[in-house]
Amino acid sequence: MATAAADFPARAKAALADPVLQGALAKLQTEFRRDRAAMQERLPEFDALRDRATAIREHALSHLDELLETFEQRVTAAGGIVHWCRDADEARRTVTRLCRDAPAKKPGPPKVVKSKSMLSEEIGLNDHLADAGIAPVETDLGEYILQLRREAPSHIVMPAIHLNAGQIGEVFRAAHTARDPARDLDDPDALLAEARALLRQAFLDADVGITGANALIAETGSILLVTNEGNADLVHTLPATHIAVVGIEKILPSLDDAMAIVRVLARSATTQEITSYTTLVTGPRRTRDAAEDADGPRHFHVVLVDNGRSRMLGGAYAEALRCIRCGACQSLCPVYGAVGGHAYGSVYAGPIGAVLTPLLGDTGLAAARHLPQASSFCGQCEDVCPVRIPLPALMRRLREESFADRNVPVAGRRGIALWAWAAQRPALYRLARGFGVAMLRLMARGRGRITSLPFGSGWTATRDFPAPEGGSFVAQWNAGRRDSGRKDMSA
Amino acid sequence: MSTARDDILSAVRAAAAARRAVEEKMPPPAPLLPARAMGSDGELRARFCEMARFAGATVEGPVSRAAAPGAIAAFLSREALGDSLVLAPDPDLVSLPWRSVPRMQVRPGLPEARDAVAVTGAVAGVAETGSLLVASGARIANALHVLCETHIVLLRAAAICGSYEAALARLNRQAQPMPRAATFVTGPSRTADIEKTPQIGVHGPRRLHILLIDD
Repeated sequence: MATAAADFPARAKAALADPVLQGALAKLQTEFRRDRAAMQERLPEFDALRDRATAIREHALSHLDELLETFEQRVTAAGGIVHWCRDADEARRTVTRLCRDAPAKKPGPPKVVKSKSMLSEEIGLNDHLADAGIAPVETDLGEYILQLRREAPSHIVMPAIHLNAGQIGEVFRAAHTARDPARDLDDPDALLAEARALLRQAFLDADVGITGANALIAETGSILLVTNEGNADLVHTLPATHIAVVGIEKILPSLDDAMAIVRVLARSATTQEITSYTTLVTGPRRTRDAAEDADGPRHFHVVLVDNGRSRMLGGAYAEALRCIRCGACQSLCPVYGAVGGHAYGSVYAGPIGAVLTPLLGDTGLAAARHLPQASSFCGQCEDVCPVRIPLPALMRRLREESFADRNVPVAGRRGIALWAWAAQRPALYRLARGFGVAMLRLMARGRGRITSLPFGSGWTATRDFPAPEGGSFVAQWNAGRRDSGRKDMSA
Repeated sequence: MSTARDDILSAVRAAAAARRAVEEKMPPPAPLLPARAMGSDGELRARFCEMARFAGATVEGPVSRAAAPGAIAAFLSREALGDSLVLAPDPDLVSLPWRSVPRMQVRPGLPEARDAVAVTGAVAGVAETGSLLVASGARIANALHVLCETHIVLLRAAAICGSYEAALARLNRQAQPMPRAATFVTGPSRTADIEKTPQIGVHGPRRLHILLIDD
């Protein structure tokens, strides 16, 4: 998976100094928390529904091989074709070949429209298509804006959350050169109207529609597509060829299971009860019997992508494969909320990105080692996850692996080694601690706080460091306070 | 040379088999429907209307089949949406007494880019979220529910059920195998991609109007 995760510290620093981003993130987090609480009040069974969704995803992963084979049979029976791809390269080559071979209305490269797909980001599909002379048009409003800005999505379900209307107006003015340069683009409605008109033409002209899928359903060979804009429904209906690119882990046994996932997906993603359009697509246009479908594509392809997923299934991080890509862990995470999605430098940001980035594709933990560190382990990501992925535990495990692999910088490794050495020698440890405490008290000069700390300017540049007060834990213990309760202990 | 299919399936099979050995010792998860998906016909009908409005749709009726064309004409003139519409060529809809409203131009067939109003039926209504299940087929183009700025749905009150599962069960009775496309439509097309500002009418309809039919 393409990643610039190694630059996390520098990007995070830049993000903290970006006022537009900081405003957008504050709004996201405040509103998400408020709206999610209101949603949960309307639906008392929400937590039980999350348990059910978790059990369904676990079951599906344990039967992944059987379900994928059944899915393939049903897609074939409905008139579609399933393609299997081991890695990102195989996947993007397959999709590009299918686009090239697709019947086109006019000579020249085929015209391609796309509905939002994180997997297509993961495999770098758009760049590969562009190299082959094919210019796909993103039709999700947020993704369309990002495509014009040549940017990656910064949130799984709110891809352009980092931008304001002014920035979007600027990029529309620069890209839509056939329009009056003096037109008014100040408010969101004007931006929306312009995008709707331009993208409507792209839908009508397209030869190929590419979508992802929110789930694959083995029982019927259907794919599930969830959008609010309705763009996926136009992408899979108007062009003559429909290609869905999907990770193999997205499989579910039955339609009823898919509905159980639908019940938690939008509620977790946008706090809506359900998105405006929740669609089951099964095969291409029917021409059997006398009853031909009134519309729909003649060709239907499902491109199944592994890219590290089968490896994850057999390992210690398999629970992350339950993920249904709702982005709730991003919307609540205090680290994501401080630095935004682009700081991570990876396709998947936030807590789920910190777990998936080192494991999917060929990135590896060494290149992505900063991401599992980007957590305070506050646990909100696990609390909010609709399929209860233990994200803090998985990030902790990745940190341990990083340390064992000697992927932690020398200073950090030596520091921890020094502490471990001292901690095993109680007399020495106490002596060192006593010296440290005395020094800190001296530096506080009786004010109870320290304004400047040698080697600690990263802390004291923005806030004071508290001076130690009272006796140490061991001193209090020895003084016989063990029965006097916690309150005294912390005094 | 092994194929990608073989490689992926054999890797998955090894891992899944190990997981199954553990899973078989655990009880299977119990199905679960929220309470709001259950109730009497009257309760479900009231909840459907409430939830559809919550999602931004307008709901009217129930009216009789005979009164439906008049109700649609009144809605169009109330909202200043003109007199013409494209109609899903479903015999149930085409056979309505459209001539009772002479000024209306009703064209059964496929939607075109210039069409402003589409009228379709629906397989079912879903009380738990006020959703409509619409399915494509020989008689109904899938594009009808997304291409026009206004989508009017004629829904038989008797077709309102509690849950998504109950709605899909109706579909499976009607169409075997699955139709090419089956969509739960809930309110108008919307986005919050620009500064998280809610906006309606992105690629699909700006208005979703549901007319309940009593029969």
